[in-house]
Amino acid sequence: MLDVGRHPDIDLMAYSEVEKVEGESGAFKATIRRKARYVEEDRCTGCGACKEKCPTVLPDAFNMGLGTRKAIYSWFAQGIPSTHTIDPAHCRQLNGKKCGICQKVCQANAVNFDQKDRIVELDVGAIVVASGYKVFDPSQIPEYQYRQIPNVITAIEFERLLSASGPTAGHLHRPSDLLVEAEMEALEKDVKKSEKALDKFEQKYGQASAAFYDAYQKGAYEGDEDRGKWAEKYVAHLALVEPLDALKREAEGFDVAKRLAFVQCVGSRDFRFYPFCSGYCCMHSIKEAIIANEHERETTSVIFGMDIRAVGKGFEEYKIRGGNQSGITYVRGRVAEITEGPQRNPVVTYEDTRERKVISRDFDLVILATACAPSEGVERLAEILGIERNRFGFFKTGTSQSLDTTRPGIFACGCAHGPMDIPESVAQASGAAARAAQIVTAASMRKAS
Amino acid sequence: MRGKKPQADELRIGVFICDCGSNIAGHLDCSSVTEYASTLPGVAYAKENLYTCSEAGIGEIQKGIKEQKLNRVVVASCSPRTHQPLFQNSCAAAELNPYLFEMVNIRDQCSWVHMEEREDATQKAKDLVRMGVSKAAFLEPQQDIEASLIPRVLVIGGGVAGLSAAGSLAAMGLDVVLVEKEVEAGGLLRRINRLAPHGEKASERVLEMLLSIKARPNATLYLGSRVEDVSGYIGNFEITIRPEGGEAVREKVGCIVVATGAVPLKPEGLYRYDGTRVVTQMELEERLAAGALEAQRVVMIQCVGARSPEREYCSRICCQTAVKNARFIKEQNPEAHVHILYRDMQMYGTENEQMLCDARGEGVRFDVFSPDQPPVVQEGKVEFYQPLTGEMVGIPCDLVVLSTPLVPRDDAQALSQLLRVPVDQNGFFLEAHAKLRPLDFATDGIFVCGSARYPANVQEAVSQGLGASSRIATILFKDKLITSAIVAEIDPETCVGCMGCMEMCPYEAITYLPEKNICEVNTVLCKGCGCCAATCPSQSATLRGFKPEQLMAQIRAV
Repeated sequence: MLDVGRHPDIDLMAYSEVEKVEGESGAFKATIRRKARYVEEDRCTGCGACKEKCPTVLPDAFNMGLGTRKAIYSWFAQGIPSTHTIDPAHCRQLNGKKCGICQKVCQANAVNFDQKDRIVELDVGAIVVASGYKVFDPSQIPEYQYRQIPNVITAIEFERLLSASGPTAGHLHRPSDLLVEAEMEALEKDVKKSEKALDKFEQKYGQASAAFYDAYQKGAYEGDEDRGKWAEKYVAHLALVEPLDALKREAEGFDVAKRLAFVQCVGSRDFRFYPFCSGYCCMHSIKEAIIANEHERETTSVIFGMDIRAVGKGFEEYKIRGGNQSGITYVRGRVAEITEGPQRNPVVTYEDTRERKVISRDFDLVILATACAPSEGVERLAEILGIERNRFGFFKTGTSQSLDTTRPGIFACGCAHGPMDIPESVAQASGAAARAAQIVTAASMRKAS
Repeated sequence: MRGKKPQADELRIGVFICDCGSNIAGHLDCSSVTEYASTLPGVAYAKENLYTCSEAGIGEIQKGIKEQKLNRVVVASCSPRTHQPLFQNSCAAAELNPYLFEMVNIRDQCSWVHMEEREDATQKAKDLVRMGVSKAAFLEPQQDIEASLIPRVLVIGGGVAGLSAAGSLAAMGLDVVLVEKEVEAGGLLRRINRLAPHGEKASERVLEMLLSIKARPNATLYLGSRVEDVSGYIGNFEITIRPEGGEAVREKVGCIVVATGAVPLKPEGLYRYDGTRVVTQMELEERLAAGALEAQRVVMIQCVGARSPEREYCSRICCQTAVKNARFIKEQNPEAHVHILYRDMQMYGTENEQMLCDARGEGVRFDVFSPDQPPVVQEGKVEFYQPLTGEMVGIPCDLVVLSTPLVPRDDAQALSQLLRVPVDQNGFFLEAHAKLRPLDFATDGIFVCGSARYPANVQEAVSQGLGASSRIATILFKDKLITSAIVAEIDPETCVGCMGCMEMCPYEAITYLPEKNICEVNTVLCKGCGCCAATCPSQSATLRGFKPEQLMAQIRAV
């Protein structure tokens, strides 16, 4: 990424979209909308002082909403360019409220609330489409209860939990536990507030609240309006403390997730959603199970799949190693249902086709290997570029020239034209660059002669 | 000790300590390491960064060079393998000679291995930084090495991957020399019937690719020829090509593509293979292409000789081949029975899975078997244990087709030695990086594509051929080659010509000059590994950037 960012011949236009493509192979005119960041790219040093002070806290999309970010943000710490961006939907200043704190703290004077989208026109010989894919939303599958059961998560969410720079610093805390901890934190805040209020009364009357309330209940202070308030506050306080104590007791039993289930083909190889195989998910489930085991050696994983497709170089060997050394069991079968059992443990019901039995088993965490779906806005992009899509919704490419789209001079690589893994994407990217170079060199040779 | 240590007051060393988010700062006290660094002799400036490799971190280094007038830069962060070029180029961009940069690895060698020992890890990081700073004091400015480039490419192998690479290179205006050992190009495709998923004739595709190359004036084909000898290095290879029974031809090229493909395993001794009633998929393809298939009941068995203890890997394309052929049989003769026995149907991606679905719809039968209970080929039937019913099932058949893996060619090993590039444990050519450099070899100027690397279907081989051509374009589109100055040098004054270094050099970068009785380093071939310097009994061979005084300074600082 950095190589691209600092390459002298690459002009990186992040946060930008193609709006129009005219002309033909060898001589395209592309219209690009450079969306307003409300931060001047050439001034911003990426120091992050703005986001420290920004008062607006939002779910962090990069961490799949598992952490938070501010209304002025960078997508992630090592992102290129390191320029920050203001989220216009949530920034107070841009929504007519008084704020502008980021502008005040920015020593580089980079924040510009008046910035507008810019339209740039480019003359290019060839176009490479590498618009990737989107992760399937598993809430469309009712039997897996992704939204209802907190400890059922997607593979990409699991990746963020495993990541050292992710929301849990790489510890596999269960989302249900994180919810309880967040609730405890909120309650503790309220308890502190109410303790302060009680403290005032205790000072004033020189008596502990509990002892006072005992007496109060026996009717000692009838008609005393001030003490009546004290009593009220004390009752409210107890209403906070009791659930907090209950949560604390619950939290004592919390541990990191050690019994993992990976459910394959979630949205893939499923006629309700995508009939195709997403190609890479078997391998990322194996990888995630191996890493989880490296984090915590007692971790065991069960990978449920119809086939385990370990088809790349070294993949089958990796799969076997995962089974032998990293506590992975592979079960052939499609998971029928996920429900919630005691201790918020997800319960997976499946048919083990080898044992010919329907089995229900509980786990600490269930990870869904979600399908590789055509990316958001793919219809519009196809229209803008004037290229066709295939029956699966990805960009259509040729059979003899497998990187050529239906419009000469426009090439596709990676998941933009079908699911594939990293080595294949990288090889294709080089291939698409070659096809583009052929067009550009031919055009420049024509010009020269 | 040779060399002069610069006066401490001349030195202005800048030290940049990286938090790497929490990768480093989570396990050791980066602020205290930074503070410590600032007290070391020669250090003029020390700074802690959240991510030194981020644009902001790079900006800090460059600002330091300019504002603090730094003449040495030390970054204590991750691995030089991934990040040294970035930091060096950033120094160069700020007009500091990039060889006045030193890197200290306090992540892989410190925070990651001492995760639970914060205090000790902090102390070790300080020690490592002190060593780096001590060495930095002895660094000398160096100039990158420049070499000429011949804009001509050798492609070894005229299968679909080689044809794709050659065609693309020629289309980009580079001269191409294609060497194919068979008298006809096309590789395995010449034996194949139809191509998935659309049923195009394989022979037609080969012809089309071949004709487009033949039409290029800048492409030369050597059919029925072998590469006999290779010498030289990136930009300047010298090749000897030997046509069958003819005179050797010499060619000079700048880069080489290995596209020698692979061959299907002949399953001698497996499943009663006899080449007539029990055949391989390839033999089936040949029968289909010739219109000579008479069988009414066909059973295909997958993973024959693959995914087994003696050959652990999955050959990637056999499942799609089996389904393709099964469908073709059904298309030609809807009454035919085709039954595929498999372990996992490896129909990855969009079109493959669709093919699997269509095959089921067309009446091809599929059954899973377990490797510990493989099917048994008997007279007129194949018997297997069906896990779904828990029973032994016999399928009557008049032809058994075995899906065998692609295995490396017999001569792959010899070619790997000729080119001095590695093969993996399965005998396929080993790329520089499985994920990020799938088409490069670690040796500069040599690339790989198609089934020589790992079994690939036609579309993959075509894309990889294109990809290899693009990797080459990034080198040969330039006027000259610029490589690192960190290479060995041999002092002609003290060298006694013992040739100990020559024996140690893994890159054959050292030659002996008999007239002078000394050894000499080819600086373009030299990878800076230092084997010669470690071997030389008279300390005549040294490695720039790792000279004795530089290393001793580092060691003494421990």
